[in-house]
Amino acid sequence: MLELKNISKTFSGFSLDDISFTAEQGSYFVLLGPSGAGKSLTLEIIAGLVRPDRGSVVLNGRDITHTEIHHRPVGLVFQEHCVFPHLSVRENIAYPLKIRKRKARDIKKLVNRLAGEMNIEPLLDRNPESLSGGELQRVTLARILAADPGVILLDEPLSSLDVQLQQELRSLLKDLNKKGRTIIHVTHNFEETIVLADKVAVMKDGKIIQSGTKDEVFHHPGSEFVARLTGIKNYFRSVFEWDGNQVFARISDDIRIRVLPEEKISKGFIIITGEDVILSCEHITSSVTNSFRGVVTDVIPLFNGYEIAVDTGVTFYSKISGESFEKLGIHNGKPLWVSFKAAGVRLLASHISL
Amino acid sequence: MYSLQPFKLLLILLSGVILLFIIAPVLGIYLSTTPLEIFETAKDEEVFNSIWLTVWTSLAATLIFALAAVPFSYLLARKDFPLKRLLTGLIDLPIVIPHTAAGIALLGFISRDSAIGRLGSAIGLDFVGNPAGIIIAMAFVSVPFLIHAARNGFEMVPLKLEKAARNLGASSSKVFLTISLPLAWRSIVSGLVMMFARGMSEFGAVVIIAYHPMVAPVLIYERFGAFGLKYARPVAALFIIVSLIVFMILRLISSRKKNAGT
Repeated sequence: MLELKNISKTFSGFSLDDISFTAEQGSYFVLLGPSGAGKSLTLEIIAGLVRPDRGSVVLNGRDITHTEIHHRPVGLVFQEHCVFPHLSVRENIAYPLKIRKRKARDIKKLVNRLAGEMNIEPLLDRNPESLSGGELQRVTLARILAADPGVILLDEPLSSLDVQLQQELRSLLKDLNKKGRTIIHVTHNFEETIVLADKVAVMKDGKIIQSGTKDEVFHHPGSEFVARLTGIKNYFRSVFEWDGNQVFARISDDIRIRVLPEEKISKGFIIITGEDVILSCEHITSSVTNSFRGVVTDVIPLFNGYEIAVDTGVTFYSKISGESFEKLGIHNGKPLWVSFKAAGVRLLASHISL
Repeated sequence: MYSLQPFKLLLILLSGVILLFIIAPVLGIYLSTTPLEIFETAKDEEVFNSIWLTVWTSLAATLIFALAAVPFSYLLARKDFPLKRLLTGLIDLPIVIPHTAAGIALLGFISRDSAIGRLGSAIGLDFVGNPAGIIIAMAFVSVPFLIHAARNGFEMVPLKLEKAARNLGASSSKVFLTISLPLAWRSIVSGLVMMFARGMSEFGAVVIIAYHPMVAPVLIYERFGAFGLKYARPVAALFIIVSLIVFMILRLISSRKKNAGT
């Protein structure tokens, strides 16, 4: 368990103000915010690269606020890979073990095991120069795991990778977390947050402006800033099912959603923007392939219209104009049809079948 | 086809003058010295000893002073402290002052009357007129070259690699030895060779502190003064060959691709 208590740090022109949060043992904690919010600085304080002016960092009951960097059981993965260019992949992964003066035989065994876990065994004797961005991040992760830290800190680990590699690495990170690793992940990307997070803290201008479980923060944003940043309320954990050459995302026992086929995805999330969700009083015959019947459970006024929550067994959120709101005569408890196109559904993989 | 504009012609002409200015005198030495003369000179015990003395004292100066100069370069590359700019300027002092003046300054520092000189005498080490003095004189004028090269090398090592190593459990000294030093190594080696070559060619500071035993530049000067051009020339020719070999090694090392990381 990692606890930050009232961490503050002032630079000229920027300050981190009273940052407090708790990441439970084995949880996946995402610090979400735009660039310049102080997310990376928070990680650097946890890792000891920057000393806070006030406050404390407590890891598994031990106050490490004033512990030297190299004595902290904290593994930091930087935005861009930090693989040592003068060492082979094997030597890179072995680096923290050699520092700890482990026996050569143990080092060899552990390096091979970690390389297996990260799927980089064939690369062990290569030079970092010849590796791709995704491979380098895997080497970085294997090397961090060799140090066996109490918590892993990830600073925008996916942002320098292309979409395909992002999916693979997301699934790798999720697996690490499932094996019990506590992870603090910094990002500005709400899709990453949806797929990976248990708990979310939203940061802005050096402050945490909202924190809680992913559903609390995404479904009940406390301010317009958070609502814009988190963006999407229609996200559903899904298992993807093939039916002939059609693909469906199963989001509950009763509900499955027609989506456009995408290779390799087996599990993950689907997201649908509120603007793509159409409300109607009657079932409409149209090119729209997904339609569900439900009742209105919530009406949230927006500055340019309304957001309507409709419970169909799961809750969909639709953004509509004031004019449509009047026309449909919407009120709590009113039965409505919810429709959207298969093409309007975005797929985010957390597991891919290779 | 490019037309030869007057300006282009002028550039080529001036470049030719400069190249000739550098090459001609050196080439001239070999045109007016027969290989036999050079061979005979190499067998002259006094000449051989003086060249050997020059090589080993310069090597010793380089290696001994590198022990402090390389960590100092790391400090300059990585840390900020008050008066850093002034200090950086001071490093160039030995390069900008006349080397005979540097020799005079050093002599006051290590002569038998000084504290360091007395300390040396007490353990039987006399700097003046001794290889130890030569080493100090050579190091004084050549160590800035090493410091600059090593500092550049360390500055090219990405800071985040050092941070990553610290995060993986390495102490500051371990980071220096396992990350910074290996990654800056090529620049440091090139600095070492430069310092070595510069030390070998030093005349002004060395001649003030130690006329005897004679390093090669002093010997050349002495032969010229005592016997004239004809006798100084073969020694100069031989010593230039030795220096050129060192220079070629330097170019070979520094022309390889830089090895500091991304």
